[in-house]
Amino acid sequence: MARVIRGRVWKFGDNVNTDLMAPWDSISQPWEEARRRVLHIRPEFTEQVQPGDIIVAGRNWGCGSSREQAPQNLKMLGIAAVVAESFGRIYFRNSIAIAFPNLACRGVAAAFEDGDEMEIELEEARIRNLTKGVELRGQPYTPEMLEIVEKGGLMALLKERLEAGRL
Amino acid sequence: MGMTMAEKVLARASGRDAVSPGEYVTATVDGMMAHEAFAACCGILQSAGVSKFRDPDRVVVVIDHWFPAPNVQYARVHAVCRHYAEKFGVRNFLGPAGICHQVLSERGFIRPGDLVLGTDSHSTTYGALGSAGTGIGLTEMAWVLATGTLWMRVPPTIRFRLVGQPGAALMSKDIILHIACRFTTEVAQYASVEFAGPVADSMTVAGRMTISNMGVEIGAKFAFFAADAKTVEYLRGRIDGEPPTFGPDPDAQYAADYEVDVSGLEPQVACPDDPGNVRPVSAVVGTRVDQLFLGSCTNARLEDLEVATQILRGRRVYPSARLIVTPASRQVYLDALKAGYIEALAEAGAVITASACGACPGSHMGIIGPGEVCLSTTNRNFKGRMGSPEAQVYLASPATVAASAIAGQIADPRELWAGTTLG
Repeated sequence: MARVIRGRVWKFGDNVNTDLMAPWDSISQPWEEARRRVLHIRPEFTEQVQPGDIIVAGRNWGCGSSREQAPQNLKMLGIAAVVAESFGRIYFRNSIAIAFPNLACRGVAAAFEDGDEMEIELEEARIRNLTKGVELRGQPYTPEMLEIVEKGGLMALLKERLEAGRL
Repeated sequence: MGMTMAEKVLARASGRDAVSPGEYVTATVDGMMAHEAFAACCGILQSAGVSKFRDPDRVVVVIDHWFPAPNVQYARVHAVCRHYAEKFGVRNFLGPAGICHQVLSERGFIRPGDLVLGTDSHSTTYGALGSAGTGIGLTEMAWVLATGTLWMRVPPTIRFRLVGQPGAALMSKDIILHIACRFTTEVAQYASVEFAGPVADSMTVAGRMTISNMGVEIGAKFAFFAADAKTVEYLRGRIDGEPPTFGPDPDAQYAADYEVDVSGLEPQVACPDDPGNVRPVSAVVGTRVDQLFLGSCTNARLEDLEVATQILRGRRVYPSARLIVTPASRQVYLDALKAGYIEALAEAGAVITASACGACPGSHMGIIGPGEVCLSTTNRNFKGRMGSPEAQVYLASPATVAASAIAGQIADPRELWAGTTLG
């Protein structure tokens, strides 16, 4: 069951931290206000992002805080996936827990530009630049991580186990 | 083959004799800490149909990020926390006792060798007591509350050996800022860190807590110091029984082994907007500051207030600047009060606030406006962290913040204080 994600790329740099994805005081704002502040370092992104778009990032994407609103806000904007050179570890775990595909892939930042079309085969972590005809191999999820993401996140898995009497 | 501290903890917690870096384990969690995120954790657990925690006695809840409540919304969140603590039988609902990491450490909830997860990235602080502390998000915490376990990857371990002779006015904050600069803020990404060597050995427990706290700023999963005689002395009377020592095996394998010589190291300052954008204080002396903040789980312990008092006693905060002092916990506040530090700081012109996170994440009690500059003892100076995205935050030690408060601009603390907290 190969899951394929395809979308248009928005590119970000290195060390983009959680506070830029979820500014502290935006956490208590209604979503319609909060959404305008997600990744405000690129105002055109915030205005023009479309459901199904993909983020390509440099090193240490999501460094900083444990606030789950960081990946959650991106998911709520409709971002289909993030492919980065590397991640802040808490952000990365949070993205798995909420079933938001995020893959580490060395070389991805150099291989993509804004607006390129990306295709991801999630299970194998195959990353294709359909615009430029380049293919990269990222770091695949372990079977356990893949299960969490495929089931819809940790709470969906918890509910399933609870109902099966396996908790 | 010998094991590092991370390997020892994760082997024990997953019921194995030994583990190696890169392996995945399901670990039984010894301690769980939640702050205001507890409300959301319990909310999603209820939605999933979970009606009880696996072990409520292992859970500690602290209200710190927005205490005292700055608005009705957070007053409600606090009420929800209290409600769920009662409903799920959490005896250790400590409420507004101070900043979570300081409170758990000083009240004996952290034991050497334990695995402790918290809904806060600075849970690496517990590494200062030889405990594997790390941060997780609210959904993972909900899972841990329900199951008592979590999947974890056994991290490789990087060792920093701290050596040399610390110079005047040097604090542990300067060392971790120096490391973030020299080795970058991703040197320990996905890795555990052990701080060792003679300077680590002679450092106070408070000083170690500052470095472990900022371990997450260099990407670390855990940021350990070995639990030695000093740790035992700190923990005695706080935890049940005689505190154990805990350290790596002598033949443990390290992915990297770095020596950091602190001899001749100047006080350090992290410039906007990254904790790794660090320069020696002499390079930024004279930078105008509007607000000075002595607070947070990084640097607001008794030792930090003592250093600030030594520098500020009998002097005045610069007229156009404001110094906000937020003791890390109610216990620290009381101890500082009895020691006369609170009086001396207040006489110097400092504003003393309730013990909480306060200005550090931009919650309240010191939010900064557009164009303002803040010099802070906290851990992060990301754009917008303490308020307006058009404000600038610099990070430094309590000594540098105190000296700068007098000058109204970034100042070299060596001109006012020749001491060190590094032994």
